[in-house]
Amino acid sequence: MSGTLDLSMFVTHDNGTDRMDLAVEGIGCAGCIRKIESGLQKVPGIVDARVNFTNRRLAVGWREGNLKPADVIDELARIGYRAHPFRPEQVESEEKRQGRRLIKCLGVAGFAAMNVMLLSVSVWSGGVDMSEETRDFFHWLSALIALPAAAYSGQPFFQSAWRALRNFNVNMDVPISLGVVLALGLSIVETINHAEHAYFDSALMLLFFLLCGRTLDHAMRQKTRAVAGNLAALKAEVAHRFEKNGEVVMVPVAALTSGDRLLVRPGERIAADGVVISGTSELDESLVTGETAHRTVIAGASVHAGSLNHSGAITLRVTAAGADTLLADVERLLEEATAAKSRYMRLADRAAKLYAPVVHTAAALTAIGWLLAGASLHQAIVTAIAVLIITCPCALALAIPAVQVIASGAMFRAGIILNSGDAIERMAEIDTIVFDKTGTLTLPEPRVANAREIAPDILETAARLALSSHHPLAAALAQDVKDRTPFDGAVEEPGRGVRAMVDGEDARLGSPAFCCLPQPAEPAAADASTIAFRHGTRCAIFHIRQTLRQDAVEVVKALSAAGFDIHILSGDRPAAVAPIASALDVGQWQGACNPAEKIAFLEELKAAGRRVLMVGDGLNDAPALAAAHASMSPISAVDIAQAHADAVFLGDKLQPVVDALGTARWAHRLMLQNLWLAVVYNILAVPIAMAGLVTPLIAAAAMSGSSLLVTLNALRARSGRAPAAARPPSHGARP
Amino acid sequence: MNVLIYLVPIALGLGLTGLAGFLWSLRAGQYDDLEGASLRILSNDDLRDAAPVPGRSDASPHGRTSTLTSPR
Repeated sequence: MSGTLDLSMFVTHDNGTDRMDLAVEGIGCAGCIRKIESGLQKVPGIVDARVNFTNRRLAVGWREGNLKPADVIDELARIGYRAHPFRPEQVESEEKRQGRRLIKCLGVAGFAAMNVMLLSVSVWSGGVDMSEETRDFFHWLSALIALPAAAYSGQPFFQSAWRALRNFNVNMDVPISLGVVLALGLSIVETINHAEHAYFDSALMLLFFLLCGRTLDHAMRQKTRAVAGNLAALKAEVAHRFEKNGEVVMVPVAALTSGDRLLVRPGERIAADGVVISGTSELDESLVTGETAHRTVIAGASVHAGSLNHSGAITLRVTAAGADTLLADVERLLEEATAAKSRYMRLADRAAKLYAPVVHTAAALTAIGWLLAGASLHQAIVTAIAVLIITCPCALALAIPAVQVIASGAMFRAGIILNSGDAIERMAEIDTIVFDKTGTLTLPEPRVANAREIAPDILETAARLALSSHHPLAAALAQDVKDRTPFDGAVEEPGRGVRAMVDGEDARLGSPAFCCLPQPAEPAAADASTIAFRHGTRCAIFHIRQTLRQDAVEVVKALSAAGFDIHILSGDRPAAVAPIASALDVGQWQGACNPAEKIAFLEELKAAGRRVLMVGDGLNDAPALAAAHASMSPISAVDIAQAHADAVFLGDKLQPVVDALGTARWAHRLMLQNLWLAVVYNILAVPIAMAGLVTPLIAAAAMSGSSLLVTLNALRARSGRAPAAARPPSHGARP
Repeated sequence: MNVLIYLVPIALGLGLTGLAGFLWSLRAGQYDDLEGASLRILSNDDLRDAAPVPGRSDASPHGRTSTLTSPR
């Protein structure tokens, strides 16, 4: 099958070697690394294979022309691993570059801080024994190390501060940059004047601590990004494309361009948006619109990526995105919603906005106070700068990233992948949850609804028989199978069903007529399809429909018990939504909503002062996901929905929603605690600085002490209990 | 205090060597796969065949005999 799969788009050529990156499933131990690497290196033509265990990827290189990319995948399958070709995304390689730069800055700052500290400690402990010349020499030497090091490793802060100032804004990097620059400038002036105190060590230590925090934060983000990239590669589907000569070739979906003609057979998902040019079929568009009833399409109809082709083969022409009304609508709404969301101000920036003016006023008051008290201008300015140095928000800037790293690590382990840095803060403020129905509360694929009423051995035989069919209903039935080996000699009769000889008796699965059964008098429910089965004299009728996720009832119950306001908002018909809502005991629901109505509903809630978490998976949910205060998507969601959700959760359960809210609440509490710790530190330190009693030793001790304190407070959570059950916050006390 | 004339350059030189070593290891990709490095140390099949791939300071050893590799 993979013989015709064209993977050339994933291969890069360099100097006589072809290279390809693959995301590999199931790497779990040291043995896997060796098994894959040594197994591949035995293949003639392969020059190197290296597994990256951290992000579960494999880089392979082979002599140009010796192998086809599909051969590598086949060989891996033979060794026992499923691998998916992978093309690193722009964002990911950009983040990797940034990460390297941060580590370089960290290394330089660490080197400089240690060496300057060596000199500073000598000066502090030298006391009267040290001659003035030696002290000046040490200060100049410190300057020689500190100035270039700070100029290099401070760049991430200076650039960010400059960007904020240019937009007439203040962020945490503004007081940081100011503190560093002033500390260095003051130290130079003092050194020229042969003064006793210089603050080179404080400036560098500050940079080192802050870079530690940033690097950790970045590493966590990079890790989640890599996992998200792997999942995308795992999901990447193939499409059957007509070549110019009329031949059908399998290509990865990423290789499709507008104008390509695709063949979509029954049971396959449509890989790209397009227009049907021939054939008729019924489409299951539940992933796109939430509608569970099928839509009949004929030539000229437009179809969306993610729809499941149910009955007949169709040929379609790929069109550029946004070509039809639904997509154009969604794109426009998305643009508006995203613009509105960027107005959210992060906790750290809110703190900076309060902090910067207070500190700068305090420094100015100090200078004025000393002048009024009759001090010289020089002494007044030196004291004012000392205030700015000691209030440089080292602890404040670490307070939030330290918690963020630990909370996103905890979420990562619970199967929640965060897309945006401030998602935790926004999730902590949620008090209302809006669920989509299809694919979110229900499983993304339909399942047998009446499995409990059917004898287990009949279900097993029917499900095994279903393995031999390509029909979507059979695929749903096959999910219940325990023994995954299909029956020998099973024959599929297109449009009717599949039959085989089982235990000497004829077994048939398909339409009731095919199984010689009467057509059921009434359909089981509006959204259920039926499939019949006969084995000898025993027979059964299966109802296939969307079923609730396994833990949906408990999760919804737990959330409403915790005080969250729960709503269901679906694109499906009200008749299909009602039974789900009553099963979950949710009184507030709406059916047949289009994307604009979903947004309007969210706006209404927002106007009532609610902070809404939207959980959804369809194309029609994407604008609502972007517009909500915070949002989550299951991993089965369409790409555009996942891209606009703040977090994506793995697995078939809804439990991650509860976990995410719980962790976010607990992280938010820690962030506030840390901010208060930083404030208390300042309340203690500022009077000392204003009194002009700060020496470089006190500055160094205070700064590292407060930074360690907030970091330890954040780490406390790591070893502590699992996050308590989520509760919506009261909006009275906001920082 | 004349001792400083050679002690200071030595101290700085040692520090700079450390920094250079760090930057080199970063460029050589030694921080790309931290979890993998902790597992690779457990495999001991480099005892018989220790020839590294040229240009790769951390290239993997080619396992010859191993119960985990499937025989060809």
